[in-house]
Amino acid sequence: MAGEAVRTLVVWCPDWPVVAAALEAVTPRVEVVRPGTLAFPTRGPARLAGGDEGLVARVATVARAALPPATAVTVGVADGLFAATLAARRGLVVVPGGSADFLASWPVGALDHAPDDLDGAVAGLVPLLRRLGLRRLGDVAAVPAADLVGRFGLAGGRLARLTRGFDERPPLLREVPPELTVEATLEPPAERVETAAFVARTLAAELDDRLSRRGLACARVSIEAETEHGESLARLWRHAGGLGPAALVDRVRWQLDGWLNRSWAGRPTGGIAVLRLVPDQLVAADGRQLGFWGGAREADERAARGVARLQGMLGPDAVLVPERRGGRGPGEQVGLVPAHTVRLGAEVAVAPSARPAAGPWPGRVPTPSPAAVPEEAPRAELVDASGAPVGVGARAEVSAAPARLSVDGGAWAEVVAWAGPWPCEERWWDSDGARRRARLQVVTAAGDAHLLVRESGTWTVEGTYD
Amino acid sequence: MVLAPSSERTDALDALRRAGAVVRPTVLARQQALPVAPALASLLPEGLRRGGTVAVGPGAGTVSLAVALAVEASVAGSWVGAVGVRGLGLAAAAELGLCLERTVVVDPPPASWAEVVAALLDAVDIVWARPPGRARPGDARRLTARARERGAVLVHLGGSRGAWPQPADVWLRVASSVWEGPAGGGAGRLTARRVEVVAGGRGAAARERRAALWLPGHDGRLATATGQGSAGAGLSARWSVAG
Repeated sequence: MAGEAVRTLVVWCPDWPVVAAALEAVTPRVEVVRPGTLAFPTRGPARLAGGDEGLVARVATVARAALPPATAVTVGVADGLFAATLAARRGLVVVPGGSADFLASWPVGALDHAPDDLDGAVAGLVPLLRRLGLRRLGDVAAVPAADLVGRFGLAGGRLARLTRGFDERPPLLREVPPELTVEATLEPPAERVETAAFVARTLAAELDDRLSRRGLACARVSIEAETEHGESLARLWRHAGGLGPAALVDRVRWQLDGWLNRSWAGRPTGGIAVLRLVPDQLVAADGRQLGFWGGAREADERAARGVARLQGMLGPDAVLVPERRGGRGPGEQVGLVPAHTVRLGAEVAVAPSARPAAGPWPGRVPTPSPAAVPEEAPRAELVDASGAPVGVGARAEVSAAPARLSVDGGAWAEVVAWAGPWPCEERWWDSDGARRRARLQVVTAAGDAHLLVRESGTWTVEGTYD
Repeated sequence: MVLAPSSERTDALDALRRAGAVVRPTVLARQQALPVAPALASLLPEGLRRGGTVAVGPGAGTVSLAVALAVEASVAGSWVGAVGVRGLGLAAAAELGLCLERTVVVDPPPASWAEVVAALLDAVDIVWARPPGRARPGDARRLTARARERGAVLVHLGGSRGAWPQPADVWLRVASSVWEGPAGGGAGRLTARRVEVVAGGRGAAARERRAALWLPGHDGRLATATGQGSAGAGLSARWSVAG
């Protein structure tokens, strides 16, 4: 498999702007992978420090000198950024050529930390890998690369490289054409981070556009800021994060915040006058279009085009997709949300506002769920053999065995079987939101089965087992 | 590596992208029929044919049956759309095995219903459609033809009898259903339903076929029912739809 793995040193530390500035004494090529994680290629600095161990010692000393005493800093070295990131977690130096063996024993969940996973496609494969019985990175590496590509598409190729200790994507071009750099002059110079971030939004969108028109993405971006007094700060960022320009603007914000707002020696004396974004390490863009998860496939693209067309016809809120939520009733467990609020094709998310879907729900009706859940629950009447309405008592028992059911004023049907009631008292502490309900399943002679709900003295049909 | 001039590079990238669109994992290779659950294979002699029309219902079990038809294809990567199917129980659909990630639901105003079904037939592999009232014969003909052109499967859910004026290639209906679970006096709960499904159609599918199925079974999924069914305590309501 072609491609190199650059021997990399990774530092985990708090207060990274300070440490990044301090590390400039060791190497000019410090990269911010994400706030708290710094990296740089070891080749030159290791020679100067007399080897990897010497380099690690030097970096640790420099970092600790810049931070308050007894701050936790860990350093790791390995071939490839992914292996080095994991090595830094344990403070290890992995021997050259040893990345594959080092990675083999890590669980597949470690892929969630793959630093170059621009669109999260590789991290998104983790649940699937587990279901396929591949629990360790070594298991995945043992699968032939061609099979991984065949099964998962381009994300499979990246997975193959990662688990074998190679950098996720081989760089495409060494030289970055100058026309890909975007720059803006701020007049008057920005004193506040937010002002500069606002300009950064346009720059980031322009950069994204220039890159995607050439079918490219970049693994790193150098964010460069200059003040009116000529002070400058340039930081190389791994462009991790799946949302493109927005993620880049976040990094501009973090970088400028680290520079302008800390009271330390390197603080600039003027406002930001120039902001520049320089892409670095170009790679081929692999179909990160239309907000897709795991790279676009023909069926997914076709569906997205259809969704867009329907949204054009009916309005953006007319096309809905399922979303899991917490809840007891069948209508509460899975709801519908507009398609444009989610990443089409991504694992059906838990609604952020809701209670966690996997939480214990006492009073939840067990599966199977009813196949028909009307939007407006129709009224029902349930009577016993003598014709008296059936109620649910305080001790969660029915007043009498149900005998006949009429839905929405329709014909009476004979009840041949029933189960429940399942009481559920929701939010008893909330005088406005408190609900006292009981659910009951009934089966009629015709073979229809319904899920009825008793609340405030009336029965409604919450669902029909259609 | 030599930097090619931009336009040449763009062309090369375009060509590569086109090639990439063709050389994809063959999970979605264009086949004559979509994958369908083995339990339904006996009812669909030609499988779930792309471009065909399937009528499901009316009667109890219509929605579950329509969902079960699409589960295998959904898991294999097909997208599924629902138009005008009010109150589709998504939790139940997920329990039957449907991939909610590739499901789209639209409830358009009645005037746009046919247009929306047509657009969805272009976009997804299986469309569940329930007409608002009775579908117009012209609409039915056009949508059937559109499904055939696009290689999508149009599944229409029978509302009242005759809601779809065009005869479907295959029709499916639940003829009888028996729920298991309730143990008397309120104990137990609904656990599984044993159904008898009748199917017929046009041409090769014309001869009436029957199958005994669990819809759902105890694991929530569709399965073939063997023997007389478990002797669970409780009801034994059997009935047949006349006609």
